[in-house]
Amino acid sequence: MTMNRRGFLGTSAFAVATLAAPMVNADSHKKPRVVVIGGGAGGATAARYIAKDSKGAVDVTLIEPTRTYYTCFFSNLYIGGFKTIDEIGHTYGKLAGSGVNVVHDWAIGVDRDAKTVSLAGGGSVPYDKLILSPGIDFVDGSVPGWDISSQNAMPHAYKAGSQTELLKAQLLAMPEGGVYAMIAPPNPYRCPPGPYERISMVAHYLKANNPTAKIIIADPKPKFSKMALFQEGWADHYDGMIDWIGEEFGGGNVSVDPHAMSVTIDGEETKVDVCNVIPAMKAGRIADLAGVTDGNWAPVNAKDMSSKADPDIHVLGDSSKQGDMPKSGFSANSQAKVCANAVRGALTGSKVFPAKFSNTCWSLIDTNDGVKVGATYEATPEKIAKIDGFISKTGETADVRKTTYEESEGWYSGITADMFG
Amino acid sequence: MRNLTLVLNVCVFLVSSGAVANNSGDAIRGKQVFKKCASCHMVGTEARKRVGPPLNNIMSARAGGMADFKYSKALRKAAHEDLHWTPETLDVFLEDPRGYLPKTKMSFRGLKNANDRADIIAYLATFSGASMAAKIDEGFTVPSKILGIEGDMEYGEYLSSECTTCHQVDGDNDGIPAIIGWETKDFVTAMHAYREKHRQNPVMQMISGRLSNDEIAALAAYFENINN
Ligand SMILES: Cc1cc2nc3c(=O)[nH]c(=O)nc-3n(C[C@H](O)[C@H](O)[C@H](O)COP(=O)(O)OP(=O)(O)OC[C@H]3O[C@@H](n4cnc5c(N)ncnc54)[C@H](O)[C@@H]3O)c2cc1C
Repeated sequence: MTMNRRGFLGTSAFAVATLAAPMVNADSHKKPRVVVIGGGAGGATAARYIAKDSKGAVDVTLIEPTRTYYTCFFSNLYIGGFKTIDEIGHTYGKLAGSGVNVVHDWAIGVDRDAKTVSLAGGGSVPYDKLILSPGIDFVDGSVPGWDISSQNAMPHAYKAGSQTELLKAQLLAMPEGGVYAMIAPPNPYRCPPGPYERISMVAHYLKANNPTAKIIIADPKPKFSKMALFQEGWADHYDGMIDWIGEEFGGGNVSVDPHAMSVTIDGEETKVDVCNVIPAMKAGRIADLAGVTDGNWAPVNAKDMSSKADPDIHVLGDSSKQGDMPKSGFSANSQAKVCANAVRGALTGSKVFPAKFSNTCWSLIDTNDGVKVGATYEATPEKIAKIDGFISKTGETADVRKTTYEESEGWYSGITADMFG
Repeated sequence: MRNLTLVLNVCVFLVSSGAVANNSGDAIRGKQVFKKCASCHMVGTEARKRVGPPLNNIMSARAGGMADFKYSKALRKAAHEDLHWTPETLDVFLEDPRGYLPKTKMSFRGLKNANDRADIIAYLATFSGASMAAKIDEGFTVPSKILGIEGDMEYGEYLSSECTTCHQVDGDNDGIPAIIGWETKDFVTAMHAYREKHRQNPVMQMISGRLSNDEIAALAAYFENINN
């Protein structure tokens, strides 16, 4: 231990943290205040860890409009019939019980000079450190013919909850032999394997209930996450049902007509029964309003997830532009812990340990056919940089795949307990 | 034959996702089946003595190991004669408790369905990481100098946040084993076994791959202490 400890005690992160602490305390003569915007994978974790580890020394307020957070992770399994909607819904009662002040409201503005966050319901909340983890919003006009007012006819189901239920209802209502279309998003977007796990779950449902139905995916990318694994799985389980149209076949040249329920791919129009449009993504809008974005995302320093635009604002999860980590719940949770440690250090003088990040994403292809991809990361001055990784192999035995699926169940229980207590 | 596959599968469930034979017990289903036992037995960190003893860390351990539980004479005698709980012995015992151990205090008719037994054994095994560790890591040793490193609890607490994304701190588990309350020696050995790729799970190989000896010691100290 001693070796390591000595190694990093001298680093600038620690020096800055200890120096900053008395300043904040001296300024306010009160408990330091942390405000977290967004109670998802990044925000709930950060709020919980700061409250838990500071043992009451820091005032933590979490601003989150929804009273039940439906996890995007496992929402595809709900579509496939492996989970109920209630199983993926989580409330904030335990967080409130563990000392986090949970405010159910929208943050509509950040005044970085006054250091306050204004709320849709009126009033504002002061902060010493602000943590933004608002997830994603969609880029206007990225799929011609689609805008947010079309989301009932053509759901994205890329923020979980009512959209996910709607997409499932539409899937169940498909006529015999009907067509399910997906417009896949361009990079970067939340959950790289997410669209393809969804296709697997849709196919799983259709195979059992509507086996002559067809699935088409228009994709602006030449390749996608876990591609070999998904394509092998689709051939094994859903032969002939799924047609993936990648970039080289015009998958990126797409428009939709939500009234006519049609999709035009590379000039060819097709009538469809369900159209799942997953548009291009950007940081949750509040990050823009706070002035911490550069283009679509909010650049951060890898060592503590602080914004490059403002040292008192940290940005976590999907909204951040951090380097090599995929936008996933696991990543957001991992970043939140590094951030919580740094913020607590800055406000109370507690020890700041060096940043360590990791991610693993599991996907389900069919019953008991789970695959995974993961990596570890470190903070460099430029970015969060990948160190090492692994991915499931094609041709694995059924038992390995089943164990992998079981592991994902364990992970889901683990991460949701880690977020919400 | 079936029993043999079980031994393999239960071990493999815990330590790896390497290739295994068919018929592995399903721990998730086992949790459901366990309801039949739950009126008398608890499992997990909160587990206390009820009518029956708690069932943490029973696999690979000698039967009747809980110090302040009053076992039947029959069970104490069997334990004295070296009865250890393994997938094979539990399978036979659970099928017909009174047939296997006449005069056991456990008044339970037994689980006639072999899959139910396999599932429940897989489930219990996930709470037996500590007692099974020595067996799993048999033949893999860590130098005593490394085992002797004193772990820094505070650093361990910070590092542990990387583990708790998957491993639940309350010792519950739904497919990923509990890691609290292990003896330091077993914990350190298991982590080094992953690091040296003696244990198979790729996620754990990756995570342990960048932990220093001191960091492993810190984690071991922290997780051992959580239980107390
Ligand atoms: C179909 C699908 C499958 C996925 N599967 C996986 C998976 O298997 N594993 C995995 O690790 N990840 C998965 N993900 C990705 C994962 O859901 C996201 O990466 C993760 O939720 C990001 O966390 P976050 O904190 O950045 O945002 P979120 O979890 O989306 O949280 C953002 C929160 O901020 C709130 N918010 C937004 N704006 C405001 C505002 N102005 N004021 C107050 N609150 C606001 C929102 O209501 C929301 O609750 C999946 C995603 C999808 C869509």
